[in-house]
Amino acid sequence: MTSAAPGGTRRTGAASDALVVENLSKRFGGELALNAVNLSVRRGEVHGLLGSNGSGKSTLIKILAGFHAPEPGGRAALFGEDLPLPVQADEAKRFGLAFVHQNLALIPSLSVTENMRLTDFATAPAWRISWRREHEATANTLERYGLALDPRARMDSLSPAEQALFAIVRAVEDLGAPDDAKGHRGRLLVLDEPTPFLPRVGVDQLFALVRRIVSEGASVIFVSHDIHEVMEITDRATILRDGVLVEVIETRSATHEDFVERIVGRAVKRVHVHALPTAKRTALARISGLTAPGLGPVSVDVGRNEILGLTGLIGSGFDRVCSATYGATRALTGRLELDSGEAIDLAAIDPPRALAAGIVYLPADRLGAAGVGGLPIVENMMLPVLDSMRNAFGLDRKKMLRAAEKLGGEYAVKPNLPILPLSALSGGNQQKVLLAKWLQMKPRLILLDEPTQGVDVGARQQLLAALDAASASGAGVLLASTDWEQLAQICHRVIVFARGEAVAELAGDQLTEDAIAECCYHSMTRIEHGARQGLPPSLVS
Amino acid sequence: MTSGHDEALKAYEARIAALEAKLKAIEDQVVREAGPRSGFDVKSAAERYGLLVAWALLIIGFGLFSPPMLSWAPYASMFGFNSIIVVLTLGLILPLTAGDFDLSGASILTLASMLVAILNVKAGVPIAVAVVLAIVLGAAVGAVNAFFILYFRIHSLIVTLGVGYFINGVILWMSNSAVVFGQSLSALVNVVFATKILGIALLFWYALLLTIGLWYVFEFTAAGRRLLFVGRGREVARLSGVKVERVRAGALMASGAISAFAGVLYVGMRGSADPSSGLAFLLPAFAAAFLGSTAIYPGRFNPWGAFVGVFFLSTGILGLNFLGADSYVQNLFYGGGLVVAVSISQLVRKRQAMD
Repeated sequence: MTSAAPGGTRRTGAASDALVVENLSKRFGGELALNAVNLSVRRGEVHGLLGSNGSGKSTLIKILAGFHAPEPGGRAALFGEDLPLPVQADEAKRFGLAFVHQNLALIPSLSVTENMRLTDFATAPAWRISWRREHEATANTLERYGLALDPRARMDSLSPAEQALFAIVRAVEDLGAPDDAKGHRGRLLVLDEPTPFLPRVGVDQLFALVRRIVSEGASVIFVSHDIHEVMEITDRATILRDGVLVEVIETRSATHEDFVERIVGRAVKRVHVHALPTAKRTALARISGLTAPGLGPVSVDVGRNEILGLTGLIGSGFDRVCSATYGATRALTGRLELDSGEAIDLAAIDPPRALAAGIVYLPADRLGAAGVGGLPIVENMMLPVLDSMRNAFGLDRKKMLRAAEKLGGEYAVKPNLPILPLSALSGGNQQKVLLAKWLQMKPRLILLDEPTQGVDVGARQQLLAALDAASASGAGVLLASTDWEQLAQICHRVIVFARGEAVAELAGDQLTEDAIAECCYHSMTRIEHGARQGLPPSLVS
Repeated sequence: MTSGHDEALKAYEARIAALEAKLKAIEDQVVREAGPRSGFDVKSAAERYGLLVAWALLIIGFGLFSPPMLSWAPYASMFGFNSIIVVLTLGLILPLTAGDFDLSGASILTLASMLVAILNVKAGVPIAVAVVLAIVLGAAVGAVNAFFILYFRIHSLIVTLGVGYFINGVILWMSNSAVVFGQSLSALVNVVFATKILGIALLFWYALLLTIGLWYVFEFTAAGRRLLFVGRGREVARLSGVKVERVRAGALMASGAISAFAGVLYVGMRGSADPSSGLAFLLPAFAAAFLGSTAIYPGRFNPWGAFVGVFFLSTGILGLNFLGADSYVQNLFYGGGLVVAVSISQLVRKRQAMD
């Protein structure tokens, strides 16, 4: 079909391009969030879209999805056909454009089939649905993409990775085959940060699926924070900063540093960890015999001034150590001994007791478990120290504000306005606030789960610097993460988990990103063969 | 090649310096605009005091149609009568802030009024003792609510609906479905309703004192902050060391005690206790609680908002009665008021889904 847009049938871009966007701008208040940006995605290409928080990449995606109306003067074309701006949300699909957002838009309590056919059921109600036929059709469709899922299974019984894969298949299927009855010429799938909450294996599966979709002629826009992932999966990448197009990079010929420099706009100064005192480390805390569902028994000790990393593949249990030690989730057994001589039964520990012992915990779920987005920064920061904020009359609001502003300055929170709601900040700045909330208490033991997930490159280094400073001044840090690069950068020691047990320990020169990766995958296969004693010499635990 | 590279690098660095300067300018601007010294903020003032302005307009509007409405007397009596609802609403906003509904409030109110009347009139218990017992009983019912909600992890709507209905049965049983009254209740009437300051019965001043007290608790105590966090992010509160279950139980018990206090005032206002009329206060109280959450501290249940909310709604009803409307307008006004109030409070919360 030809463009029916009033005002002419001018074509933007060549027909060989899947998507061409020209001169796209968007103004919020007085500021340009997007300034005359161009973007072109070729047919059969995986195109990365990168930028730190506030770079304009989500604004660009939201314009394409029809959430925002762009400023007049911009143009867009899909598969050689003009896409009228502003985009009508329901029209994008007709042009062959589909989105998978981080929130996958799945209904947890419904079956795989029901989720698959959601839009059809909603728009074309039939008198009777033949469930047998529907399940069969769904299974066949999923199989075509190499996904073996039970169509009758409830969505919430699937792992996060399976849910993401399913959402992608559904989005592609929704577009129909090229040149079929739905009548568009090509398919363009936008993956809007699909990976931050996926384990490594899940990411690999997701990439395999993306390659498969591309091999069938579709194009993919891959929006991400993660440079490694972009380098792995994309052909080219467009980098935005401050709403301006910085550069379109051919991925193959670019290095990691090339990306970082263009995203941040300066070479990132990496935090270098303080050196541990050469003498034998002084013990701070010892966790022994810790068991929890899917974990243990595990024994771990962390020294004063030490940053100890915990990692492993998903399901290996490493991510349960911190929450069980703090009492955020229930431990079955376990004992925590502190250098003060205190001994705490981990099966009975709860957050108030942990706090009393000088232990703090920063969970991975930022606005679900660590802070309340709708409440001001000052209240989020001061919640654990309210008792020290009293004067003769009651809570001293001015003192709270002053303290929050001072902390915000120390931890480089931007903008440093304690009266703003927490949700007004970018992910990285939220995390600075939540870390400051705990570090102001001068804790002895700091437990963290994935503290830099969804945080941009600059803020990440600031967070790591804050952690390093805390440990340098005497605290012990337990850092659970699947970001191996980060672990290699900041940890003094890393313990690798598999099947709920600690299977290897890396320190000193052995502690590199590659070594951690190798160890994670290696120990997994070793354990499967029941040959733990056969680990290579570098993996002695 | 090296010099070309250097030049490119220089141009690149210049561009970055320019961008950083721009970023700094933007940040400064944000700080200036959002800063506390940015003067009078029309939008937030409109949100905070909109309800007060609407109330004033309502009074003036009714006054134009019916000049007697502009005199003090009808308002003085309205302030007195509706203070019962103020106290009940103040009770409700405690569990509401903690994320729990208390639908048993009006039943506790009626139970307390009946208990005071029966103990005093039929059993000859001194009035002060009867009042204390009634308030303790209210707190105890709150504790029962808390036990079922927290131990069995049942939604508060279901527990308090059931407990409220159960209490209604108890009231009918202990009163034989009859009104209880007696001369000895006049001591209570004297300190609640018969004595007036500025033409307004004492019970209004009790409600005002309680409003001030709760405002202090919400705004200036650590307990008030914890209550807020328990309601807005239960997991956040728990992981920050707040004893969530204790806070929720405390809020429910306080709600029970305050509802019972409203019941005591109700006996004092009427000089008698009947087994059913108090139950009708439940909906007005919820309407006022939600309407109040759109004012003074928008987005939060708050005592002053509740206070203004009650009198805004009752002014509307007073005015419509003056204009000759039938008594069914009460239902229209309170029922409609609840839905409109919740809708507005959702707009204030930018239409996030309610739990």
